[in-house]
Amino acid sequence: MKSAIVVFPGTNRERDMAKALTLVGGTAPTMVWHGDADLPQGLDLVVLPGGFSYGDYLRSGAMGARSPVLDAVKRHAEAGGYVLGVCNGFQILAESGLLPGALMRNRDLRFICRDVHLRVETADSPFTQAYGAGEIVRVPVAHHDGNFFADEQTLMALEGEGRVAFRYCDERGLAAEETNPNGSRDNIAGILSANRRILGMMPHPENLVEPALGGTGGRPLFESITEALS
Amino acid sequence: MSTAVPITPEIVAEHGLTPDEYKKVLEIMGRAPNIVELGIFSVMWSEHCSYKSSKKWLKTLPTKAPWVIQGPGENAGVVDIGEGLTAIFKMESHNHPSFIEPYQGAATGVGGILRDVFTMGARPVANLNALRFGAPSDPKTRHLVSGVVAGIGGYGNCVGVPTVGGEVNFHAGFNGNILVNAMTVGVAPKDRIFYSAAAGLGNSVVYVGSKTGRDGIHGATMASAEFTAETEDKRPTVQVGDPFTEKLLIEACLELMATDAIVAIQDMGAAGLTSSSFEMASKGGMGVELALDSVPMREVGMSPYELMLSESQERMLIVLEPGKEEMAKAIFDKWELDFAVIGTLTDTGRMVLTWNGAVVGDLPIDPLAEASPEYDRPWEPTPKAADPDLSGAESVSWSKALVQLVGCPDMASRRWIWEQYDHLVMGNTLQRPGGDAAVIRLDDAPGKGLAMTTDCTPRYVKADPVEGGKQAVAEAWRNLTAVGARPLAITDNMNFGNPEKPLIMGQFVGACQGISEACLALEFPVVSGNVSLYNETNGQAIPPTPAIGAVGVLDDVDSSVSIAFKGEGETLVLLGGSAETEGSWLGQSLFLREILGREEGPPPPVDLSAERATGDLVRGLIGDGLLSACHDLSDGGLLAAAAEMAMAGSLGCALTLDGTADVARLFGEDQGRYLVTCPPETAEAILFRAKAAGVAVRTVGVTGGTALVVNGEAGPSIADLTGAHEGWLPTFMAG
Repeated sequence: MKSAIVVFPGTNRERDMAKALTLVGGTAPTMVWHGDADLPQGLDLVVLPGGFSYGDYLRSGAMGARSPVLDAVKRHAEAGGYVLGVCNGFQILAESGLLPGALMRNRDLRFICRDVHLRVETADSPFTQAYGAGEIVRVPVAHHDGNFFADEQTLMALEGEGRVAFRYCDERGLAAEETNPNGSRDNIAGILSANRRILGMMPHPENLVEPALGGTGGRPLFESITEALS
Repeated sequence: MSTAVPITPEIVAEHGLTPDEYKKVLEIMGRAPNIVELGIFSVMWSEHCSYKSSKKWLKTLPTKAPWVIQGPGENAGVVDIGEGLTAIFKMESHNHPSFIEPYQGAATGVGGILRDVFTMGARPVANLNALRFGAPSDPKTRHLVSGVVAGIGGYGNCVGVPTVGGEVNFHAGFNGNILVNAMTVGVAPKDRIFYSAAAGLGNSVVYVGSKTGRDGIHGATMASAEFTAETEDKRPTVQVGDPFTEKLLIEACLELMATDAIVAIQDMGAAGLTSSSFEMASKGGMGVELALDSVPMREVGMSPYELMLSESQERMLIVLEPGKEEMAKAIFDKWELDFAVIGTLTDTGRMVLTWNGAVVGDLPIDPLAEASPEYDRPWEPTPKAADPDLSGAESVSWSKALVQLVGCPDMASRRWIWEQYDHLVMGNTLQRPGGDAAVIRLDDAPGKGLAMTTDCTPRYVKADPVEGGKQAVAEAWRNLTAVGARPLAITDNMNFGNPEKPLIMGQFVGACQGISEACLALEFPVVSGNVSLYNETNGQAIPPTPAIGAVGVLDDVDSSVSIAFKGEGETLVLLGGSAETEGSWLGQSLFLREILGREEGPPPPVDLSAERATGDLVRGLIGDGLLSACHDLSDGGLLAAAAEMAMAGSLGCALTLDGTADVARLFGEDQGRYLVTCPPETAEAILFRAKAAGVAVRTVGVTGGTALVVNGEAGPSIADLTGAHEGWLPTFMAG
């Protein structure tokens, strides 16, 4: 698998992502600078990692979505390439229109960093195939603006096409208001594009891929991509 | 032009200089200073920058050990952690600004301490903090907690450095004067550490980072005076932070540091361009000429006075090797940061400031630095406290008292706070907040880890500054030991009241003495620090708070243990202290304050040789894999420690104590003790090793069940304890 991580000024989880990709996938990703007009040749996967691109002084991800490298990411996506956006990366994907919806300020208006439980809503994607459908996994969130919003029509389409990848729930899989850390519509934590090759998610699978870090809930996601792209 | 301002006695007084100090200024200058020069004297001789009241006593602190590479005097302390790596760390206060404007005050505190650490070539790998707020009932407390926590998070989360630990106290003594102490730990290769001493006649002095604005002018002078009701008017002296720019500055500086272009580098902290340029030139025995009109400015119409005194954030001063300007500029251009050559090094020993070619300031560097006032202020020791009145203790129900204690403001869970800090970014956090010490692993040395903690018990220090100072160091050492780390060194953040009052000065002197004793006995030197005096509002001093930040190393990070009970049927063993006098100490205990409502008595004494023996034993047991959990005994004593371990593991325990289980035994805060668990078959080996080491040891119970049981008497369920423990802070903050 040939992968690249886009580094914007203010990106801060690129090393975490690179470590996870290297640990599970076996090959280190290339780092791509935000000002680059092109991505490396023959790339399978582009990752937009977490952080505060351009300081997120406008809406989170709004500036990142308008950076030079995003045109190249869009061309990669249009050509059927794989894209993973985590946290700020998801915000950028939503702002750029590669995924529907928007990420608003958390319901409680505070930054929140804690482990949450996710229910894997579909195993039918290159990002989730190593999970069992309905499996409950634990991974952390770390964000201020993770409150997923989309209009009814979009939500119906996402649900109807099985494009909700992950939903916040409790350890038994119950998705309710109390298990929703940020106020996201229908407890949605991650969604897929129509061709299922773009995944945007707020939680950080890259931060729980080893027992030493306290869990391995994020590991199957990287196993999935590695398998899909090998 | 501002240099034409006449220097009247009023202007001198406004700059915080005493008439005697001004006389010295005249001697050094050989003439009356102009306003720019007066401003420079004012900040350089402020308590904050000159340490004039504290220097005499700071010099007495132990600062050496074989693993210490750099002690106090640089931007941060440096210790060797093996495998060619060093840990670089420091803690610094931002108390006054945080009270005036909690979000920005706390945020820029984090920004400043981060710069102190990456200035030396280290990538920051962890942040911690030590916070003291007023009583929960004070109308300002909720607003201050909310703002300070959001500010620390807002800055640390954005720069991408995990905030992994800290401590929080609430006490009426901090009403009107909170303490915000921020600590950063970084890691750098041993052969690539950068210092601040300027060198090389004719070398360029380069300014990088943010532009200079009018913010924070006279912040250092403000931090050197007491607060009054008018302090609110000083809000414009609080700086505004930009963590995004700081993040770029970290990356750009580390990129430049990977080349061989830097001779010296210094961040612009308190007193901005003035103190950074003075310190660099003074340490290197150089002169410096600065063209102030070349400084990147945020707005038009700024004066030389403002440029020299501005405390705008996210700025650094660098002395470059000749011919490296182009290459260095390219790096800062890439990161979209300002880069300007603003001066050159000279051999005149003077600082010459120009503005469009005209000289606007000309001062001798060494005389100003050397002649900075040093006071031997009169001091009085704190009188020994009388024994506490313990009446009423015999009728207390231990079960109810325990629930009350774990849910009281000083012991309640800090989850509401640390969940607002990104404590996982960088992907190396092995022990998250909530334990004795945070543990992170190191990217550059697989298998190795760093442990860190911040500690101080202000009520102990207030009752007996010497014992309290000792205890703060011992507790930090204990917390590192409890996760299996080898304690290396500390940074001290000395927060005290007005040193011109002999009793306050006596608190400072006593704390220094206690810290020294503990540092020597535990081989745990001071490598960096910060002093914050004048923490008084309307004449009321804070409880003395020498906050200790400490770092230890784990050579095998997998051997580390947490405080959580791991399984049913494990044996509980109590190590340390004295089995005979156990539980005698309720003076200044949390039990006495929270349950009996009295803040009385002397604090528990620290027996440093027993401390050392017990800690070394515990560390050895952890390293050999004999323990499954470990927790030091502190606030609330034995029963509180057992409750915390039970809550962390969601598992109860039954304690069996010889003789009567009176409250003094259960809640006494006798020092130097650890509660540990092990599989039953290992207990014998632990008892044997403890006896061989001359450390008091006794098995005190067994894990299991869903409640805490003492000598057969059932106490609170783990669910009830957790409810009280987790409930207080969110409920309080929800108002």
